[in-house]
Amino acid sequence: MDFIIQNILNALQWGSFYALIALGYTLVYGVLRLINFAHGDIFMVGAYISFFVASFLIGPIVGFSPMMAFVITVPLTMVLTSLVGVTLERIAYRPLRRKGAHRLYVVITALMAGLVLEYSNLALLGASRLKFPELIEKQIWHFGGVTMTNLKVMVIVTAILVFLFLQWVVTRTRVGMAMRAISYDKFAIPLMGIPIDSIIVVTFVLGSGFAGLAGLLFAMSYPVLEPFMGMLIGWKAVIAAVVGGIGDIKGAFVGGFLLGFIEVGVVTVFPSTYRDLFAFTILLLILWMKPSGLFGIPQSTKI
Amino acid sequence: MLLQVENLEVKYGNIQALHGISFHVNEGEIVTLIGANGAGKTTSLHTITRLPPPEAPRVIAGDIKFQGESILKTKPSDVVKELHLALSPEGRRIFGNLTVMENLKIATYAREKDADLDAEYERIFDLFPRLKERRKQRSESLSGGEQQMLAVGRALMTGCKFLLLDEPSMGLAPVLKYELFRKLKQLNEEGMTILLVEQNANLALHLAHRGYVLDTGNIVAEGTSEELLGNPEVKKAYLGG
Repeated sequence: MDFIIQNILNALQWGSFYALIALGYTLVYGVLRLINFAHGDIFMVGAYISFFVASFLIGPIVGFSPMMAFVITVPLTMVLTSLVGVTLERIAYRPLRRKGAHRLYVVITALMAGLVLEYSNLALLGASRLKFPELIEKQIWHFGGVTMTNLKVMVIVTAILVFLFLQWVVTRTRVGMAMRAISYDKFAIPLMGIPIDSIIVVTFVLGSGFAGLAGLLFAMSYPVLEPFMGMLIGWKAVIAAVVGGIGDIKGAFVGGFLLGFIEVGVVTVFPSTYRDLFAFTILLLILWMKPSGLFGIPQSTKI
Repeated sequence: MLLQVENLEVKYGNIQALHGISFHVNEGEIVTLIGANGAGKTTSLHTITRLPPPEAPRVIAGDIKFQGESILKTKPSDVVKELHLALSPEGRRIFGNLTVMENLKIATYAREKDADLDAEYERIFDLFPRLKERRKQRSESLSGGEQQMLAVGRALMTGCKFLLLDEPSMGLAPVLKYELFRKLKQLNEEGMTILLVEQNANLALHLAHRGYVLDTGNIVAEGTSEELLGNPEVKKAYLGG
């Protein structure tokens, strides 16, 4: 029993990371019909930003306590990472949109932008891995045979809160309504007096900001950073979002946790080298049965 | 003069769609642009509303003036927000994934916070009672006629004083067509200026005060509706003899 609960907790934690990143993919896809392949790397950039911010704050110049540094690092990382996302949109995607470029070229641009982020990181910081400073004193709780840490709880709670927040934004706010409307018909948006670019910027701010938050939490949980850390997790999050029904907030959330559960489930039964093979086979089967994803509606009515 | 289009020439890519057309709309008027498919009617409306690229045609010569000032540099969202000019586009282009009410609400995006919107929703519902019945439905599920009414209602909710309509009668059963056109007349009597683009020239000229006939990017005839209805060439080409 303890074994099962322990694994459920682990699955929830991994699922939270996938969900947090998948939400960013799904937001941008919902609005722009673009799988922003650079998003996994925005997550990586977020982790690095949080590293530099946190190290600076607890370093000799500022000298904050780790807790104080944490409290400031969270919003600062989110803001700085969303700036990176918005800049990416401005210099890479917007010019193509203006020229009415086919979606294929925008997707390829996204892939390249991701590679540029990875390799500029490699070029600037070198291949050495960075060790993330400990900001929050780790607390380990034991319930029978189950171990739980304060960090795991924080990760899971964050993912749930972010999901609820984004769901609220999309369904209940004016900006969210505009986002849903853009996903249906971009043409008519300016006719409503809505500046389309500012809605797109908001979308990137939300997606990248939460990717930055995910990066920070990931770096705190697995405190070793390297330039390619966003690649595989990014791919997995895309797949999670697609399986959930890309463009749908609920879908990304559920897809992320589903992937977490499948992965942990596979590892409890099979050797861990089988993990990704089995996980992706199961996801393939789901898509084979329901190509639009679990919550996806076929065609144009996404987000 | 509310709107003045002067020697307007526009291109889509390398294809010239308008070859220096001029027309104007006075406040309180209904003016119609009639002509066959591809004559440049929709292009004219899209140019006036300053739609952003890639949809927008490129202006290569001429000017569009609103209350005497050029609007060629005005942002599309400001055309709605500042100039109070709204387009109900061809094919309705309502947001099918939003409810009827949300479609009306989204049109108020750029409006002043203190505008009395409830009264305006009521006005739309008075004008088109079917929309009130269906206000909580996803707008995709509306019939063609209801969607057209929603498209007009949505344009009105932007708080416009000048309404541009692109083929509002397209795909509507005759009864609905006449009903819609009666509503447009009512709107005009309440002070709305209207620029109407129609393939159904007969219907359009019976509603409008004045009209212009477009043919492959040129204005080939203009005048009051009576003059155009009586013009033998217009009769022959556009009014079915």
